[in-house]
Amino acid sequence: MTKPPGLTDNPWQKLRQFTDARIALGRCGVSQPTAAHLEFQLNHAQARDAVHLPLETKALCEGVAHLSLAADPTPRQLHSAAEDRMTYLRRPDLGRQLSEASRALLSSPDNTPTPPCDLLLIIIDGLSAQAVNRHAVPFVKALHDALLANTDTWTLAPPCVVTQGRVAIGDEIGEALNARATLVIIGERPGLSSPDSLGVYLTWNPKPGRSDAERNCISNIRPAGLSLTAAAEKACYLLGEARRLNGSGVALKDRSDGEALMPAESGKNFLIGR
Amino acid sequence: MSASPAYRYVLGARTYSFRHLADLMAKATPLRSGDQLAGVAALTEEERAVAQLRLAEVPLKAFLTEALIPYDEDEVTRLIMDTHDPSAFATISHLSVGDFRNWLLSDQATPQVLAKLRPGITPEMAAAVSKLMRNQDLILVAQKCQVITRFRNTLGLPGHLATRLQPNHPTDDINGIAASVLDGLLYGNGDAVIGINPASDNLAQVIRLNRMLDEVIQHYQIPTQSCVLTHVTNTLEAIHQGTPVDLVFQSIGGTEGTNTSFGVNLALLTEAREAALSLKRGTLGDNVMYFETGQGSALSANAHHGLDQQTCEARAYAVARHFSPLLINTVVGFIGPEYLFDGKQIIRAGLEDHFCGKLLGLPMGCDICYTNHAEADQNDMDNLLTLLGVAGCNFIMGIPGSDDIMLNYQTTSFHDALYARRVLNLSPAPEFADWLQRMAICQDARGQQLTDTLPNAFAPGLKNLTAPDTPEEGTP
Repeated sequence: MTKPPGLTDNPWQKLRQFTDARIALGRCGVSQPTAAHLEFQLNHAQARDAVHLPLETKALCEGVAHLSLAADPTPRQLHSAAEDRMTYLRRPDLGRQLSEASRALLSSPDNTPTPPCDLLLIIIDGLSAQAVNRHAVPFVKALHDALLANTDTWTLAPPCVVTQGRVAIGDEIGEALNARATLVIIGERPGLSSPDSLGVYLTWNPKPGRSDAERNCISNIRPAGLSLTAAAEKACYLLGEARRLNGSGVALKDRSDGEALMPAESGKNFLIGR
Repeated sequence: MSASPAYRYVLGARTYSFRHLADLMAKATPLRSGDQLAGVAALTEEERAVAQLRLAEVPLKAFLTEALIPYDEDEVTRLIMDTHDPSAFATISHLSVGDFRNWLLSDQATPQVLAKLRPGITPEMAAAVSKLMRNQDLILVAQKCQVITRFRNTLGLPGHLATRLQPNHPTDDINGIAASVLDGLLYGNGDAVIGINPASDNLAQVIRLNRMLDEVIQHYQIPTQSCVLTHVTNTLEAIHQGTPVDLVFQSIGGTEGTNTSFGVNLALLTEAREAALSLKRGTLGDNVMYFETGQGSALSANAHHGLDQQTCEARAYAVARHFSPLLINTVVGFIGPEYLFDGKQIIRAGLEDHFCGKLLGLPMGCDICYTNHAEADQNDMDNLLTLLGVAGCNFIMGIPGSDDIMLNYQTTSFHDALYARRVLNLSPAPEFADWLQRMAICQDARGQQLTDTLPNAFAPGLKNLTAPDTPEEGTP
């Protein structure tokens, strides 16, 4: 292969085996070569498109309903107060509240309190419906497996599926459904190389007004990032710790050993020759 | 308590009225989506222009008596009021906000005079005057404000632009991080800090990453510092467990409520700074804190007290200033289009933040960035990078190919930093520039000319690696 005129290659391209980061791009003078530049432009165009993809609600509800940990596995379908995508992007406050119709759906007609549950799963499109469309059902399955393998027992409420929602909408839903803890499973904002990343947020004793410091987050959940199984195990660990502490957030330090995340020899790396 | 006075302005037959100083400030702010979201923005262009006319008449002294967030309700207000230096303020105490703009632009406001003035300026004064300034004013005055800090090198000297090497990896894979670190170093980046945003706040992982960066810096004798950007309580615990921590990181905001949402307060930051100082790891100086801020965080935490987001942001600099940071970084386009809708708003906010921070005496850097749901692209970032380079910004981010594969946003690349150095004739920190030349990464003393071959010191680490499946192409 002939080298394009003016291009200086980087002789460390083999480091790409360790990361998807755009390393060893080479340079023309000090600038990015045409090929790298145009690939970036294409990926940006694709990520922009991913923001506007709709949630496949029907398939998602069917997929979740097949999983049996909740006594009643039929998901509740809810919508935020943000009517459409453009409103959602400009008005995060509306994405954190339920629409009037959804709110009515959650309140019992005779004001009898909802029977309490330990854990409520809330699946939300967020900024990448693509992530939820691809990974939410397998993640819920992995989570169920991890919870069943755990010594703690958790009673689950029927899951909720929310469109045009943000993380904090889970607080209102969790309180209305009398949940001790919520796990919000949401599409993270699409990255250039990762348009399909899920985030999971644990909130203990959810109620409107909870701050982000009162939650624990697991991010970058996707096959090429944090695997669904590892994320489910981590969620399970955090749930156990939250139950022991009777709280979540900055007070709950993640001391899981991380073996699922990295090899045991992880302190060593090629840069220091060990 | 007495009610705050209303502010009026008569324009022809119409009288505009602003409920209080905070309302006047918000209405005078150049348009941005976050203030519209908060419901504090001017409703018409004329109302905004009139608010600026009225704000220009407000004496600077008013900001010392009319707290935008009550003294009793907010520890950031108390910090601002209690640390204000009346003798430094004396130089400008007779000025209105409009006069202050004139004075800042004048030849009386030399770098030396501006440096002495810092403890006399409150964040609200800085925010107010910025609202009357055009982009070129923000650039010109910021360029006169030089803020120099030190840990293992010297940052902020005129004619210099540093970079934070940001080698993030979605699973914190050590070799993945090391690969991006090497790429950055070989592109002459990393003098501000080598700073990792860990994918998880797992304490063992945070400790491991700190050790790894420490080993790399020691092995190659790099005159720079490291940081793992985890919550301050995590860093404190890591220090207590004997971890080699250079800089303590924390996100901060301009109101007590915002900081509560981040899980911090002034006492906790004081404790963390003292813990880092006790390690005595800085060789040239003892600036041990690294803060990040960004317009919109107060509203996001529902803790903005009806203030506009730019004024809240300037108040965050008062928090930072109290802890003599090595670096403070406004992450300008990270939070999303609901706060800064498009490239135009991001560029304006970046220049405002840099100006306000510098005027208050902070070592401002900027994460020149955008997300994929904002109306912005690489061209907007090129514009802001060039403008901030002219304005004398202390540091920017450097990442591989502008793509942060962990945080899912785009910021400036290693290449971008070299572009800025070349077109504006800027250098990295002098100690780091010497190192780049000594290691044969750069051919010149100003860090602008890379060598074409792999520097010897880095060959052994690469040599031991097995080649990937695909054959290498075009290596000389």
